[in-house]
Amino acid sequence: MAKLELLQSISGHKGIVWNVSWHPLGKIFASCGEDKIIKLWGKEGEAWSMKTVLVDGHQRTIREVAWSPCGNFLASASFDGTTAVWDKKSGQFECNATLEGHENEVKSVAWSPSGQLLATCGRDKSVWVWEVAGEDEYVCEAVLNAHNQDVKKVAWHPSSDLLASASYDNTVKIYKEDQMDSDWTCIATLQSHESTVWSLAFDKSGKRLATCSDDRTVKIWQEYGPDNQEGVNVEDRESIWKCVCTLSGYHTRCIYDITWCTTTGLIATACGDDIIRVFKEADDSDPSAPTFDLIYTKLDAHSQDVNCVKWNPLGNQELASCSDNGEIKIWKFTEQ
Amino acid sequence: MTKIADNVNPDVYDKGSEREVTTNERNEDIVDEFDQREVFDLIRNINDPEHPLTLEELRVVEEKNILVDNDKNVVNVYFTPTIPHCSMATLIGLSIRVQLLRALPSRFKVTVEVSEGTHVSEHAVNKQLADKERVAAALENNNLVQIINQCVVNS
Repeated sequence: MAKLELLQSISGHKGIVWNVSWHPLGKIFASCGEDKIIKLWGKEGEAWSMKTVLVDGHQRTIREVAWSPCGNFLASASFDGTTAVWDKKSGQFECNATLEGHENEVKSVAWSPSGQLLATCGRDKSVWVWEVAGEDEYVCEAVLNAHNQDVKKVAWHPSSDLLASASYDNTVKIYKEDQMDSDWTCIATLQSHESTVWSLAFDKSGKRLATCSDDRTVKIWQEYGPDNQEGVNVEDRESIWKCVCTLSGYHTRCIYDITWCTTTGLIATACGDDIIRVFKEADDSDPSAPTFDLIYTKLDAHSQDVNCVKWNPLGNQELASCSDNGEIKIWKFTEQ
Repeated sequence: MTKIADNVNPDVYDKGSEREVTTNERNEDIVDEFDQREVFDLIRNINDPEHPLTLEELRVVEEKNILVDNDKNVVNVYFTPTIPHCSMATLIGLSIRVQLLRALPSRFKVTVEVSEGTHVSEHAVNKQLADKERVAAALENNNLVQIINQCVVNS
């Protein structure tokens, strides 16, 4: 029997907690929300406690926080239209760079695996790619206007500079830099969801992408390159992404977030029905038409919408989640 | 700013009677669940953004277009714009949603939608009202919050 055991419930913020983000070493996580502050939490003995509060970085809701792969920088995306980058070169965390350019709410921020690029997106329908140009210096490399509605989330491929974005226009777009002219372009549009796509997560290999939507489904997409063995026709494109699995009938309201564990391969979802669900690929799953089973349902995981779920990058099956009522919870998943 | 209302001469209806308080409701030992009428009472006196009239008087909200499920913690409100191209539909929906977010216990999942077939942009309005991130962002806009507060002031 699988179980999701609550390790700790934290009264984290005043109002909505929108996002939690694990430090790459898994010993610290950051949280943010409606109260416009960022909190850093660390483990003392068995319990998580607040280590640092980052204030005065933003004028409005902080929608998402993201640690750089090296763990030295924390980026925060805010409804105030800016993205802040924090570090503790001076000994304590300070905001040393502010990325301006979006017309209004910035909704997501993500670092590329090399840590050399940052992506942001927002209500102005655009996705921006920023390059780390030097100490505390970031330059805009590209403004991508592929979506025709606001863009909810950006996520990088785990090992290459391939970027994915999810939007209110019901689609997911994939972008890549052309090596010849260093222009960023949209190389694929993933169309199948029937409402807003709220979040997305790559698997460990980067060959698969999981997306979650207001249409109450989760979809698994798979990349097929030019010489794929399955015989999928790619035409003259670099690769195509096909929806190979749709998980419907499980979620009863909008699905706000999805996380794919790079160690165990387990998928967890955050849903507006207050439930956290865990899915696992079946043992006899067909690689080109995979099946995923719902292996655990945590009813009333929070007393309001679950906004975010994140597996600890250590692969220790710890899961962090947060909700509208200011709560953050740390869980431990076990599968027997 | 002067702007002519979308519907300059809307039909106006009489207000319904006040809710009668039953003896069971006065009895503290009896669990008093939320019902249609109670939710209706929370939103009937919301002011229309364009007319000195309430949503009840314009029949934008009606008791019969409210669904309450206490077991599932669900409240659905369907509102009917006075004309199908009403540019205020989103604002009216937002006012209803804000009023219910403020007045109902947080356990309720509140959905506010345009009554089927009563607005040209029904789908777009519904999608926007259902997007909690957009609603949250809108409620950080002071000008908009002031307008909404004027709408819900008597509720």
